[in-house]
Amino acid sequence: MSAPALTRPAPAASPSRGPARRRRRRGGLAGAALGLLTWLVVLLFFFPVAWMALTGFKHESDAATSPPRFAFSPTLAQYQSAVGKAGPYLTHSVLIAVLSTLIVLALALPGAYALSVAPVRKWRDVLFFFISTKMLPVAGAIIPLYVIARNLHLLDTLIVLIILYASMNLPIAVWMIRSFLLEVPSGILEAVRVDGAPFLRQLRSVVLPLIAPGMAATALICFIFAWNEFFLAVNLTTSNAATVPVYLVSFQTGEGQFWAHLCAGATLACLPVLLAGWAAQDKLVRGLTMGAVK
Amino acid sequence: MAVLAGRSTDAVAWERARSRRRSRRRRLPLLPALVFTIVVTQIPFLLTIWYSLQSYNLYHPYTRHFAGLSNYTLIFTDSIFRTALVNTVVLTLVPVLASLLLGLGIALLLDRKVLGRGLLRTLITSPFLVMPAAAALVWKFTLLDTQFGLLNFVLGPLGARHTDWINDHSKLTIITVLTWQWTPFMVLILLAGLQSQPGDVLEAARVDGAGPWQIFRSMTLPHLRQYLELGVVLGSIYVVQAFDAIFMITGGGPGQQTTNVPYYLYEAAFRSFDIGRASAMGVVVVAITIVIATFALRTISGLFSDQGMEGRL
Repeated sequence: MSAPALTRPAPAASPSRGPARRRRRRGGLAGAALGLLTWLVVLLFFFPVAWMALTGFKHESDAATSPPRFAFSPTLAQYQSAVGKAGPYLTHSVLIAVLSTLIVLALALPGAYALSVAPVRKWRDVLFFFISTKMLPVAGAIIPLYVIARNLHLLDTLIVLIILYASMNLPIAVWMIRSFLLEVPSGILEAVRVDGAPFLRQLRSVVLPLIAPGMAATALICFIFAWNEFFLAVNLTTSNAATVPVYLVSFQTGEGQFWAHLCAGATLACLPVLLAGWAAQDKLVRGLTMGAVK
Repeated sequence: MAVLAGRSTDAVAWERARSRRRSRRRRLPLLPALVFTIVVTQIPFLLTIWYSLQSYNLYHPYTRHFAGLSNYTLIFTDSIFRTALVNTVVLTLVPVLASLLLGLGIALLLDRKVLGRGLLRTLITSPFLVMPAAAALVWKFTLLDTQFGLLNFVLGPLGARHTDWINDHSKLTIITVLTWQWTPFMVLILLAGLQSQPGDVLEAARVDGAGPWQIFRSMTLPHLRQYLELGVVLGSIYVVQAFDAIFMITGGGPGQQTTNVPYYLYEAAFRSFDIGRASAMGVVVVAITIVIATFALRTISGLFSDQGMEGRL
């Protein structure tokens, strides 16, 4: 329990109780004050998200007022109309995020296997090559990507974003899945390897079930990044494959006048990732640091 | 004698073939991911360099020709580009350091026994999860609007009733939104670092009469160093690319006050369709990032070795 994050066979379960228990005795007034401060600070950070969701329940006449209205008669009208307007964008986003994530998992699992369980020579270099691609800014690639997509008539298609989001998330997935594979007791995978079943079947029927929760967390994190991506979506799509962030651009100017509608649309855009993020919370930090921190 | 020697060469050859087969078998599962990554991420970068050496405008594709380094002289003599470079540094460093400090504070608060810790953790991660484009809109209108925004309402009694945040304090606006968004990222990393401290050592220090500040300075902070570094380098790599908030809230303005290099590149590429000039900017962004990335890789490599991940193989 003492050092759950850095010892290798880290028990995933609640690494958080230790320090808390240690301090139970100190408490008192100072403790209560610090607890209150914690709540205040966290609520302050959360406030814009709450305010966004709340404003989505307002009538337009209650939305942009001076002073702002905290009590109002709620309505679902904004959310209903946002669902209608955002419909096609939501469909594109779901298709692109899900399909790119599936490609990532299919490529990353065998890759991670070859970098951990039965490592290739120079596996360390390969691992760091993957991560280094994540560090090059997309601005440095957008122009050729645009020109290539234009020449291949792939501009404004689902395919172009699916491929690019897959490449954007693949390094994260390789690192994450590798870190999960390393947590499987080595005897088990060793036994499977000498068993001699075809590789893909081994992978599917033995390795996959062993790291299923890790795969799920990896999938959620890839989904989050694909869903929120803005730069590529805005530059490579206009309508046929436009994702939710592109839908939000329309509020930037004219429609920004209608705050309740805007907030309903924005909330809708955030809802899938908030749910995914809350579901993957324990593994979130691992995804954000490419598996470097657990 | 000859026979014996022949046989041993055979054995060596056979052994070699076997190890080749084995390493090929091991390589195979990796190839799809590796090839995909090389094709999709490396070729565009090479093309960016190639385009940056050309005079190439999509409006006039037939005048495309090799131009040497003239695009680079063009951008470095362009005062707007230099402004954009400075803005990029400011709009990266300030939000990263501010979110690191705030994140450290919040992580320390959350590393205590506090009522509803699970819920608090969920709530604090939210600003990082919400779509940056959506958050930008919410800040731009409902929070920062001069007339109806919540912030001016709250600050009203302090005499800031009519502040036009977005136009008069545009840099501060972008910095605030980025800091708000990246603080949860720092909290998560630093909290993981705090919770990986060996509890028995801390307990021993306490028994020996060390005060909380002493423990923090001489034990917690050194332990957190790697995590702080990781937060800074990873945060910088992402924040240097900041685009969503700038695009949605200020459009790089007023004037060029919030134009960073990625935004200026976007304008050159997708408003003027000047592929050559925009590509040269892309190369510059990559060059800046490589400097940060070198530190990042070193930090991750350090954490990587500390975890003893290699020992197993």
